Amino acid sequence: MSALSALLVRDVRIALRVGGGAMMGVLFFLTVVTLMPFALGPDLALLRRLGPAILWIGALLASLLALDRLFSADHDDGSLDLLLMGRVPIELAVAVKGLAHWLTTGLPLVVAAPILGLFLNLEPKAIAAVVLTLLVGTPALTFIGLVGAGLTVALRRGGLLLPVLVLPLTVPVLIFGVAASNAAVVGPVPFGTPFTILCALTLMSLVIGPFAAGATLRHGLE
Amino acid sequence: MELIGKELACTRGQREVFSGLDFRVAAGEALLLVGHNGAGKSTLLRLIAGLLRASAGTVSLDGGDPELSVPEQAHYLGHQDALKPSLTVTENLRFWASWLGDEAPALDAALEAVALAEIADLPAAYLSAGQRRRLSIARLVAIRRPVWLLDEPTSALDVASQGRLAELMAAHLASGGLILAATHGPLGLESARELRLGGRT
Amino acid sequence: MAWIDLANPTRFLRIVDRVLPWLTAATVFAFAYAINGVLGAPDDYQQGATVKIMFIHVPSAWLGMFCWGMMSLSALGTLVFRHPLADVAAKAAAPLGAAFTFLCLVTGALWGRPMWGTYWVWDARLTSVLVMFIMYLGLLALWRTVEDPARAGRAAAILTLVGAVNLPIIKFSVDWWNTLHQGASVVRLGGPTIDPSILIPLLAMTLACTLLFVALHLAAMRNEVLRRRVRTLRLLQAQTARGV
Repeated sequence: MSALSALLVRDVRIALRVGGGAMMGVLFFLTVVTLMPFALGPDLALLRRLGPAILWIGALLASLLALDRLFSADHDDGSLDLLLMGRVPIELAVAVKGLAHWLTTGLPLVVAAPILGLFLNLEPKAIAAVVLTLLVGTPALTFIGLVGAGLTVALRRGGLLLPVLVLPLTVPVLIFGVAASNAAVVGPVPFGTPFTILCALTLMSLVIGPFAAGATLRHGLE
Repeated sequence: MELIGKELACTRGQREVFSGLDFRVAAGEALLLVGHNGAGKSTLLRLIAGLLRASAGTVSLDGGDPELSVPEQAHYLGHQDALKPSLTVTENLRFWASWLGDEAPALDAALEAVALAEIADLPAAYLSAGQRRRLSIARLVAIRRPVWLLDEPTSALDVASQGRLAELMAAHLASGGLILAATHGPLGLESARELRLGGRT
Repeated sequence: MAWIDLANPTRFLRIVDRVLPWLTAATVFAFAYAINGVLGAPDDYQQGATVKIMFIHVPSAWLGMFCWGMMSLSALGTLVFRHPLADVAAKAAAPLGAAFTFLCLVTGALWGRPMWGTYWVWDARLTSVLVMFIMYLGLLALWRTVEDPARAGRAAAILTLVGAVNLPIIKFSVDWWNTLHQGASVVRLGGPTIDPSILIPLLAMTLACTLLFVALHLAAMRNEVLRRRVRTLRLLQAQTARGV
């Protein structure tokens, strides 16, 4: 257990120090959301209607941003070799790295979402719904992304490939995340229905992600 | 304790790196892997470390911990130093110690052994190549694992550090450990056998 | 002559130590005068007491722009004259500029709430400030990404200058975008004829905030010089430990 907590502390620390990418995702999120009205026009009623979708798209893209370095940084400096030689199964190590990545990139997006919600003129109820769905949904995005991050290591130069590989896999999360946010405001479906499915998707990705990523890392060594 | 490799073969891509390779290294012994570039020295070390798959043959550690695999009882010192520049010297070492071992690590003693104790609080980004190498070596000292797999351990080290590494290796052998090292030059070990790879060329 | 004197960081530190107490006193004095004036200023017949937010909003908007201008000059100092304190000045200014721009946005939002009934409208002026704020954050991120201050300084200087060229274009584009869409109503200050009872406290407040900026900037520059010395010492420590 102490090995895993050491890994968590290490990854969080690296992300927060000089050269780490902890706040980049939030900055990207802010930029994407700011750009939307320039394309759509400053119509507050329109922005209010599209707000949950804009926030979800922004969070989705932002959560992909730092993903390609998740394993490849460890691969490039030889750390991955040693991580594989520990006495902890690589799947657990991958899960912990995913958790550290979510804490430093996913959680800040959730925290920033209410402020960006104000920019889009969302009502308090909609903001609460978006924050709740992002809190539940962003771990799914990170853990699905683990698979892509593992593949980039196996394929060496996969950085550009990663979004193409991962984005289709995130479609269900996006559908039910936005659906739940909208349901909270306009209905007609009760909030609970899509939200429960979103929770289920997250739980599934928490299991599938580490196993698939662990497998890609093992094969990547060949 | 004895590390035994039987009938090992390894193919990378379409190329057969080596095949039918046997070796035995007993406790207290050092085996030097020699041979021209591309003879398979690094490949063999990575294979024993569990980082490559053998296409045939087995590696086993007689008299080791039966609950652990060979890689879990081995230290691997590769070409890269596995250090994070933004973490301090101590933070880097502490992480690898708690990742690779269970017991409380002797961090201070290990840093003392590689003469990095006085800059323990500096970020690893400030270190020279030789200092990074020494910090990497410190983890072999901090956590006890019987098998040392060393790939060109003296690269980037000056003469004094090479001498210190030789002392550390001798101490490891004396305490019942065993060493496999890929090398081009002498390591300063007196009783080391040689295994020549790629002899057919 | 004074310019050459300032190029020497040690002399710069000594000058800062001598100037800073006086500057702090002047800042406190200016704020005391300005706040007194603000409290005495009449409320707007439409906006009531909320108009007083303007006394923070306008100076911070001014400082947000002023700071980028100052960083652009520093960027020229870094790239053209290779002045040793230029990138120290630029680095110390960036968080301050970001803070004042942020203050401008927050006060704008608080002002907008009673005016427009919502915290945020995509009004041309506010939106331009928001884009500038994002550029400040990008600049801060750039400073944080590169550990070596000299390398980071050159990269940041180039970005600052590109930003300085682009900010007017962005401002123009946003204005055009906003009028094209006939967006939300724009609140205008009373045009060129602001009553002296408001204008004088506003100018006093702007002066006080500028003094505050200069004082904070000098202190931040001093800290940055010291921080770089610590870094050099630690690098030296690593170097001398090599022989042991």
